[in-house]
Amino acid sequence: MTVYVLVQVLATVVPLLLAVAFLTLVERRVMGAMQRRQGPNVWGFGGLLQPFFDGLKLLLKEPILPSTADQPLFMWAPVLTFLTSQAAWAALPTSSAGAVSDLNLGTMYFLAIGSLGVYGILLAGWASNSKYAFLGCCRSVAQMISYELPMGLIVLTTAVVANSLNWTVLVETQQWVWFLLPLWPLGVIWMICCLAETNRAPFDLPEAEAELVAGYNVEYSSMGFALFFIAEYANLILMSTVTSLLFLGGTGAPLAILSFLPGALWLSLKTLLVLFMFVWVRATLPRYRYDQLMTLGWTVCAVALLFML
Amino acid sequence: MIEYLGVIVYFMVATVLGVVMFWAATQCSSQRLDLEKLTAYECGYDAFGEARSPFDVGFYLVAILFLVFDLEVAFLIPWALGGVLSGWAGLAALLLFLAVLVVGFVYEWGKGALDWNSPETL
Repeated sequence: MTVYVLVQVLATVVPLLLAVAFLTLVERRVMGAMQRRQGPNVWGFGGLLQPFFDGLKLLLKEPILPSTADQPLFMWAPVLTFLTSQAAWAALPTSSAGAVSDLNLGTMYFLAIGSLGVYGILLAGWASNSKYAFLGCCRSVAQMISYELPMGLIVLTTAVVANSLNWTVLVETQQWVWFLLPLWPLGVIWMICCLAETNRAPFDLPEAEAELVAGYNVEYSSMGFALFFIAEYANLILMSTVTSLLFLGGTGAPLAILSFLPGALWLSLKTLLVLFMFVWVRATLPRYRYDQLMTLGWTVCAVALLFML
Repeated sequence: MIEYLGVIVYFMVATVLGVVMFWAATQCSSQRLDLEKLTAYECGYDAFGEARSPFDVGFYLVAILFLVFDLEVAFLIPWALGGVLSGWAGLAALLLFLAVLVVGFVYEWGKGALDWNSPETL
């Protein structure tokens, strides 16, 4: 039993890490195309080997433990961030067969793990004992918790509609009509929340290069940085998958006659679509100001959602 | 409870993977440390002042407000599941609960707690 579960878990983690690797490539290529430049295209066919060389390079870089840092915390923070970015996948039904662990409280589990993600960032910013890292972590945490609120309310609303917190039931409810159609205002707010929650442009203030250099992970080099980076992109993929599950019908086929194709394929296609939108947004929109960001999160989203409910 | 086995295994796998990756990096790379590298990064200057400095009380306020409202969401979840069964009485109770919260929300908004630019109004 345990071995079977272990195999299942590995069958989720390994493709996820590969997906993260290729997502970095896709992002750079797509943004390159949108900004009329090339992007990485030398290694492998059209740059396909680029992510692996990047990973190798990060592995061979010199890890630095700043002398003023709180060292145990400093070392555990990236591991914790990595862990929380992976753990939420346990409950998501990534194929028609269901999830690794099909929890009745699946959506609650997702929200809980999402909240835990804040701790890794908080630890990293605090343990680094550096001003930039600390400011970056303050911003990051305030932003993430602010947008978790509307997120929780959105998930709650879908739970009311589906009358369940189980992901599988949620997907089955959307068999005939995707939640995006009746609940489209929620969908719009959800996308904004996803962008803010994953610290992506136009809400990437925590890592605003021009003022904070990189935010909470400024003191990290080598694999410490790589783990944060992987976690960030894994969170991005996670949010896209959750978007597909909540609003785009998850593993269900868009038309009944197309349902002979496997559910995992449909989920992947929908997730890719959402991911592409994330990259598109990053290439298109300028960065928000921090006070505007917080005001948007607390007033506009919260009020709109309470009315929706 | 058996379905939580996947969650536990997932936690273990992810932790081990993270630790192994971190450890591998320390083994694979050469380290040439010096004092400048080990001090906190501050755009090339010698660090001045403490990183443990006072910070904007706004961050603290946001965290406190978040606690209250996240708890509210947590309280709403049982209604989301059993709401259909509890009928009009359930709906009335929910609306009462929400009304109390909205009063609180309006109060904090009026106080300026949500206005990031003017923490001095507090």
